[in-house]
Amino acid sequence: MDLTQGTTEEKHGRAKKMMLWFGIISLIMSFMGWTSAFIVSSSRPDWLTDFRLPNAFIISTVVIVVSSITFLLAKNALKKGQNKATSLWLLVTLALGIIFIYNQFSGFRQIIDLGYNFTGPTSNVTMSYIYLIALVHILHVVAGLICLLVVIYNHFKQRYSATNMLGFELATTFWHFIDILWVYLFLFLYFVG
Amino acid sequence: MSAHADTHAHDDDHGHHHKETFVTKYIFSQDHKMIAKQYLVTGTIMGVIGILMSMMFRMQIAWPEEPNVLFEALLGKWAPGGVMDADIYLALVTIHGTIMVFFVLTAGLSGTFSNLLIPLQIGARDMASGFLNMVSYWLFFLSSIIMLISLFVEAGPAAAGWTIYPPLSALPMAQGGSGMGMTLWLVSMAIFIASSLLGSLNYVVTVLNLRTKGMSMTRLPLTIWAFFVTAIIGIVSFPVLLSAALLLIMDRSFGTSFFLSDIFIQGEVLHYQGGSPVLFEHLFWFLGHPEVYIVILPAMGLVSEIMASNSRKPIFGYRAMITSILAIAFLSTIVWGHHMFVSGMNPFLGSVFTFTTLLIAIPSAVKAFNWITTLWKGNLQMNPAMLFSIGFVSTFITGGLTGIILGDSALDINVHDTYFVIAHFHLVMGISALYGMFAGIYHWYPKMYGRMLNKNLGYIHFWITAVCAYGVFFPMHFIGMAGLPRRYYTNSNFPLFDDLANVNVVITIFALIGGVVQLIYLYNFFASMYYGKKAEQNPWKATTLEWTTPVEHVHGNWPGEIPHVYRWAYDYSKPGHDVDFVPQNVPLMEGEEELQH
Repeated sequence: MDLTQGTTEEKHGRAKKMMLWFGIISLIMSFMGWTSAFIVSSSRPDWLTDFRLPNAFIISTVVIVVSSITFLLAKNALKKGQNKATSLWLLVTLALGIIFIYNQFSGFRQIIDLGYNFTGPTSNVTMSYIYLIALVHILHVVAGLICLLVVIYNHFKQRYSATNMLGFELATTFWHFIDILWVYLFLFLYFVG
Repeated sequence: MSAHADTHAHDDDHGHHHKETFVTKYIFSQDHKMIAKQYLVTGTIMGVIGILMSMMFRMQIAWPEEPNVLFEALLGKWAPGGVMDADIYLALVTIHGTIMVFFVLTAGLSGTFSNLLIPLQIGARDMASGFLNMVSYWLFFLSSIIMLISLFVEAGPAAAGWTIYPPLSALPMAQGGSGMGMTLWLVSMAIFIASSLLGSLNYVVTVLNLRTKGMSMTRLPLTIWAFFVTAIIGIVSFPVLLSAALLLIMDRSFGTSFFLSDIFIQGEVLHYQGGSPVLFEHLFWFLGHPEVYIVILPAMGLVSEIMASNSRKPIFGYRAMITSILAIAFLSTIVWGHHMFVSGMNPFLGSVFTFTTLLIAIPSAVKAFNWITTLWKGNLQMNPAMLFSIGFVSTFITGGLTGIILGDSALDINVHDTYFVIAHFHLVMGISALYGMFAGIYHWYPKMYGRMLNKNLGYIHFWITAVCAYGVFFPMHFIGMAGLPRRYYTNSNFPLFDDLANVNVVITIFALIGGVVQLIYLYNFFASMYYGKKAEQNPWKATTLEWTTPVEHVHGNWPGEIPHVYRWAYDYSKPGHDVDFVPQNVPLMEGEEELQH
């Protein structure tokens, strides 16, 4: 592919998509930092070897995977010009995103019930990592939700069409990334922890 | 009729897009050329502060605990009776390192030249996102301000060393600078990382997507290759520093035990347990080592370009240069352990890191040989930019050779944390990158300000700086091998080092002269903006696209269509041409073959 070709507008559209991809690479690197620190720390004497991830995390994994699918459905509907279906799927995605965050916090509640706080003398490093990683992921979901709100606003203002949906596509890509990231983190914590 | 007039006025507005107010032109500018100058001026101010700090702590090392009027004036309560306090000494060393590595040689160097040259040399009207570019600069500015504010907090600025190892950085009560000073350091660096990431994202996608027609990747000037790969290293490594910093902040302020274990402070048992600062070292150096290549690669790119142009010869081994940049970038991410040979690392792991580290010598040597062969039998134009470029090769080789010693775990252990290390990294990345930056400024000043820097002042600047730089760092190899540890406030309590006291005085004198001489450069820089000789469009008779733009900056870089590219960037002294350079936008003559580079 010769990237020197194309109109200025095409070039800029391509550049913005690519910028998101490189941004995603940098986010992946920061999570690599935390997960590799998790692996290194697992040889500590005070590491919990028999902990279980809270059940709420399993539910939230399902929720965020479904939300990724609904976002995709919204995108396909927009491509076909079905405005109502797009609105519906977007709102479903928004709701699922909020349910995901709620679920994560009930997961934290379950960990606290086990007797482990995030910080302080009653904390344990294994659980501190899980809190931290999940919290930072939630921050990304919040960022994703803000993008989603912008997309919903623009959609209701009818600013997107099948040929003009760059912002929509960027938001979808980011949302899929958040989804895949959580699935990775969940599997990582489940199997490595 | 009136409707028609309206449309006309609207069209005019578009035509005069570059007519801007003072605020959008000079302050919140989205034009890459202005942002480059903003980076340069901010970086210069930070550099002056960083160098001033080094001059102060050098005076303390040479004449330990002697009263000094300068200290009394500049440090105030930190120098009671003019004697420098030990705490502020550590803080000065820490902030000097932080400022020089991040604010001058990362943001000041990459920020200036990536912004200036990427759009101009690839043939683009501006960066992919001018807005993010502006945000990137202003985040950098904000982080600089916060770092400077941290100098004035009551208990002093961060003093844990620029590597901020815990527990000094993690326990607010550990030392004076561990409190508010350290907090501000972390805030400042978090903002700095955000700025650097935004900048890097912009550079990468601009180079990939906005090249003009004909500008294939193998026709790019080496400057662009260097900036491009530097930005990728930044995208990959800076986030890991952010990860480490977040864990550190959790330990500091919220009571987790990622890096801390069993600590007693002032008779009190803290609740931390089981953590390890070595984990922090791993995470830190996973950024920290690539960071030195973030500093040096742009300088390498600038020097390659300047050397080819001023030798009036094609760069030797263009593809080998690109390959070695890529090889260095890849290897830079798997060598961090060589900073930690004395951290209790498994000796086998140490030997693995020794192996990967020594591999870097290969692409580095390829580059050094290619620079020398580029000079070989060239028609050398010894202007200040060229002198600084040759100086770069010299200090890079000198510093690189000691790198082979320090990269070897068995040898490193003997000189670890001594002045030998200081000499090594100051020459190989500090002075080298600074020379690269000076070379770039002397070469591209006419592009930035439309005027020439004074050549004679440039010669004086180069020669005194070159002598002083070696005068400072060469003797450090010897005092390092004699065992003098780095970061010590004074060595007068150790009779074993008494013989080295005079060497330290010599080093300090060179440092002071070298520091003061930079005033000549500063004068040249600022005075030439107003009184310098007006620049021609292509003062160095170079081939790259930035010299096809008008001297007076226009928004969008080229008043008409963007030029197309028909050849690589190094058609100097090509047979069959009347002049000894053929710009990239000149089509091939009939029967002319493009050089197989």
